[in-house]
Amino acid sequence: MLEIKNLNVHFGVIHALKGISLTVVDGEIVTLIGANGAGKTTTLRTISGLEKPTSGEILLDGKDLIHTSAQERVKLGISHAPEGRRVFPTMTVLENLELGAYLRRDKESIANDIKMVYEHFPILYDRKKQAAGTLSGGEQQMLAIGRALMSRPKILFLDEPSMGLAPLLVQEIFRIIKEINKAGTTILLVEQNASMALQIAHRAYVLETGSIVLSGAGSDLLQSDDIRKAYLGG
Amino acid sequence: MKKRMTGLTPLRKWLVLIFTFAIVQLLIQLNIINDYLQATIATIFINIILAVSLNLITGFTGQFSLGHAGFMSIGAYVCGLTLLRIPTIGGFLAGLLTGAVLAAIVGFLVGLPTLRLRGDYLAIATLGMSEIIRIVFINLEITNGAAGLSGIPRFTNWAFLYIFAVGTILLISNFLKSTHGRACISIREDEIAAEAMGINTTKYKVTAFTIGAFCAGIAGALYASYFYYLNPNTFGFLKSIDVLVIVVLGGMGSLSGSVLAAILLAIISTILQDFSDLRMVIYAFLLIIIMIFRPQGLMGSKEITFKVFRNLGGLLSARKGGK
Repeated sequence: MLEIKNLNVHFGVIHALKGISLTVVDGEIVTLIGANGAGKTTTLRTISGLEKPTSGEILLDGKDLIHTSAQERVKLGISHAPEGRRVFPTMTVLENLELGAYLRRDKESIANDIKMVYEHFPILYDRKKQAAGTLSGGEQQMLAIGRALMSRPKILFLDEPSMGLAPLLVQEIFRIIKEINKAGTTILLVEQNASMALQIAHRAYVLETGSIVLSGAGSDLLQSDDIRKAYLGG
Repeated sequence: MKKRMTGLTPLRKWLVLIFTFAIVQLLIQLNIINDYLQATIATIFINIILAVSLNLITGFTGQFSLGHAGFMSIGAYVCGLTLLRIPTIGGFLAGLLTGAVLAAIVGFLVGLPTLRLRGDYLAIATLGMSEIIRIVFINLEITNGAAGLSGIPRFTNWAFLYIFAVGTILLISNFLKSTHGRACISIREDEIAAEAMGINTTKYKVTAFTIGAFCAGIAGALYASYFYYLNPNTFGFLKSIDVLVIVVLGGMGSLSGSVLAAILLAIISTILQDFSDLRMVIYAFLLIIIMIFRPQGLMGSKEITFKVFRNLGGLLSARKGGK
């Protein structure tokens, strides 16, 4: 579905991504793990068109996206729940979800998808008329994921969904991510919480200072000694 | 939500608008509203147009602009120059429209490169733009330089002020209710998230800026044809600040707040006329007090809608019913 070939990104003189290649197959959860500053967020932002690469290829279902805008990429099926949740604070939960469907014009199916989001996150239904800025961190994360689903993506990017959340909530969020994936959405997940991410991911890539140093099945990496030492704390 | 907002049927809304217009018109005819008051009303309504349109840019779309006086001056000069050549009502309307369109074009051209800047950088860029426009007017021969234009015939009257102010408010409030308006507000709320939702943020920032400039051009034209005289220095940096003060005082993101603040500030400065020495000190002092106690502005981001009239009507009929 998604294929990245030899992607390079520079911020001024800093070479942030050094020729990254990765693939995501239909129906998978793929995770990118790595330390702070390894380039995980940059990878997502570049693929969704918020950052310009210096070279490389981004193929979605075989179509090269390098010269398309962020807007077009959303239309083509890439949706991005950005790092730090970034809900629209003074808008209500419902308005946030509606803006997630900004590029769609089919009112009926938008209403259906809002229901679908409420099914995944019942708490959002209870809070639908509340300003998003007044939600708790976990609820905001749920809203950010729900909002990203509203564009009916083929592939959903989740950037650090566990950031700043209590352990129990993190488990809840990951359970729902799995559920969304089972319902048919392919997911590319960026996480610092490597053990949680590896548990739900089919495959994983390990990023270190802008390069992929390791990749494999999620369960294999979970067992690997190197990964344990570097990212799982023992 | 939408149903609750619509307090009155469209027909009744129009009736309220026409009624308000007719009452003031009558008071002017009867000379109860004298020339001095009329000038105050003109200032209020011109300020309403300026503030409501700046609110679209700054309050709703979140782009901090200090260039509104520049757009206003384009409208004013174009209309003034047209009127000096064609001193008819047709000339006035043609000048007003040309001025507004030119202001919008300049807004578009300036917005395209500068709206990539954020926050304070954008403020400085728009400030610079407005100063450039002022200096161009000072140095052009056709605008009579620093001496300005005088003897511009007066066509701006209560009817035009009212129509254009109400028109501006309707234009902008309908724009804000549309999907495009939502997109603008989402940029203020979180630009990165808006972009991730597939919203073309540059396009909407430029759109808001252009609409705002267009309306400021109208305000300028009304100004030119009311006060007979134009001088480039009227449209300096302080004029932009004046408008910004109205927007902030009324509430960033509240159109009715802008209207309220424009009226309130005019009343305050009229009352303060009697204390000429201390006028500006008291004025500034009041602003400080208001901002300390209501930093979100008079209205915050809330709106007074026509619901007020319905509630008022409900209250009256309930009283009559003896409840």
